[in-house]
Amino acid sequence: MKVRQLSVFLENRKGRLCEVCSLLGDNGINIRALTVAETETFGVLRIVVDNPDKAAQTLKDNKITANITNVVAVEVKDQPGGLAGILKVVADNDINVEYMYGFVEKSSDNALMVFRFEDPERAVQILAENRIRAVGEQDIAGL
Amino acid sequence: MIWKEDIETMPLEDLKNIQSERLVSLAKYVYKNCPVYKKKFDNAGISPADIKGIDDITKLPFTTKIDMRDNYPFGLFSRPRTDLVEIHVSSGTTGNPTLVGYTRDDIALWSDVMARTLCCAGAEPDDTIQIAYGYGLFTGGLGFHYGALEMGLTIIPTSSGQTKRQLKIMQDFSPRILACTPSYALYMAEEAKEIGLDPRTSTWEIGIFGAEPWSESIRAEIESEWNMLATDVYGLSEIIGPGVSQECQYKDGLHIYSDVFYPEIINPDTGRSVAEGEDGELVITTLTKQGIPLIRYRTRDIVSLTTEACRCGRTSPRTSKIKGRTDDMIVVRGINVFPSQIEHVLLGIDGTHPYYQIIIDRQSHKLDSVDIMVEVDERIFSDEIKKMRELEGRIREEIQAVLSVGVNVKLVEPKTIERSMGKSKRVVDKRSL
Repeated sequence: MKVRQLSVFLENRKGRLCEVCSLLGDNGINIRALTVAETETFGVLRIVVDNPDKAAQTLKDNKITANITNVVAVEVKDQPGGLAGILKVVADNDINVEYMYGFVEKSSDNALMVFRFEDPERAVQILAENRIRAVGEQDIAGL
Repeated sequence: MIWKEDIETMPLEDLKNIQSERLVSLAKYVYKNCPVYKKKFDNAGISPADIKGIDDITKLPFTTKIDMRDNYPFGLFSRPRTDLVEIHVSSGTTGNPTLVGYTRDDIALWSDVMARTLCCAGAEPDDTIQIAYGYGLFTGGLGFHYGALEMGLTIIPTSSGQTKRQLKIMQDFSPRILACTPSYALYMAEEAKEIGLDPRTSTWEIGIFGAEPWSESIRAEIESEWNMLATDVYGLSEIIGPGVSQECQYKDGLHIYSDVFYPEIINPDTGRSVAEGEDGELVITTLTKQGIPLIRYRTRDIVSLTTEACRCGRTSPRTSKIKGRTDDMIVVRGINVFPSQIEHVLLGIDGTHPYYQIIIDRQSHKLDSVDIMVEVDERIFSDEIKKMRELEGRIREEIQAVLSVGVNVKLVEPKTIERSMGKSKRVVDKRSL
């Protein structure tokens, strides 16, 4: 089960992240998970939101460069070694992780982690075989 | 001293006779030896027999950079390849570079005009010259080399770069003459101060600076920093390389060697001659070149021309410093750069054509910097930083390979680059030249 992430190109300048977040907020879009990767001159904002279609349109209307990327949101037991257990499955099966980050909220007693796998289809299949649950967009919208 | 005193101080009437004789021969020569020129003459309805003197030159068709490109590599030559003893290449606007070649006689001509140039700047036969123009495919280094050899100077062929070594060589061997780009002269002054050397105590008394446009204020700065006479040299590889014209010690215009490089100043839109003293495009005919003689070559440089006699005694007409270009060419660290070259590279990156802008800047006493801003749209954007870095690196490397100039690439958000009338402004030149 895959989740759509919005990846946004941002120049590395003061106030820019605030502007983009405000734009989404003003349009009633709620950010569920977020991370920023940056270089000296530019950065990439990656967000999972409650309404990806609306968010994509809003960004487009405002001439902000953004792409939709398929990521996998996985429930992680909120206890010591929870994340390690998942990463072991990932490593043992030679699945490449491009990057990963955590959710702002928890679903039930579990934490949520977002994984950007090189090959999301295969990753989801292997995670399922190992009884690791990936959540869907519906779940996220309902958080 | 004046190198070719008989020619260089000749009354203009006598000079005109020489120019006339040479043009008559040239018209016959290219018509006979170069199929491209034969076709150009035929298309214009002109026969070499119609050319009876220098005033008939306006009947002849122009030659442009496009002719050079379309007939690359050897189509515009009037001699077979085997007669060439040297070839030089400079970057072209798009695709093909510009190729020029020299026969043994052409090298002798180049040596002669460069010896005139060195003398015009004030060189004496016992002098030592440090040549800090690049040696290689660029004509700067070797052009000065041949002239200095002809004149019998002692040559230190340092080529460009390695600034500390340049300064050490100057201190150790006491050359009186320096030849390099004006921006490099300023850069070296700064480096000298950093290593605790007072530029005003240098042995260089005369500088021969060119290959890029520079203003009177840069001249004043170089002269005060180095305590030297800073003179301007002009040339272009299509005509010969450096050695088309040079300032004398009075710095009142560049003496053009019009017995071999016949100048016309035209209105670039109409192609007609402008009145003496008016600004226009410099058009040059190589009256005696053998390998690749050019008829009415459009330099795209804007200058004015005067035939008034100069205090130095030379009678040949003088052009002003370059006042501008008729195209969008920019000169960075002595290298010609066309925005179309950058466009070409960007187009090749992904079949896309992102908006871009070239920003040329020069911090005080530093070499020119080239920043290329590229707007990132969905087609070239990736959520992975690694891929974005790769894109940045690829654009930088490909542009550097085409331009032979180091550049910085900066990825920017859409609509960051200013559009004027829907068309973005491609080049921002912040240098005070």
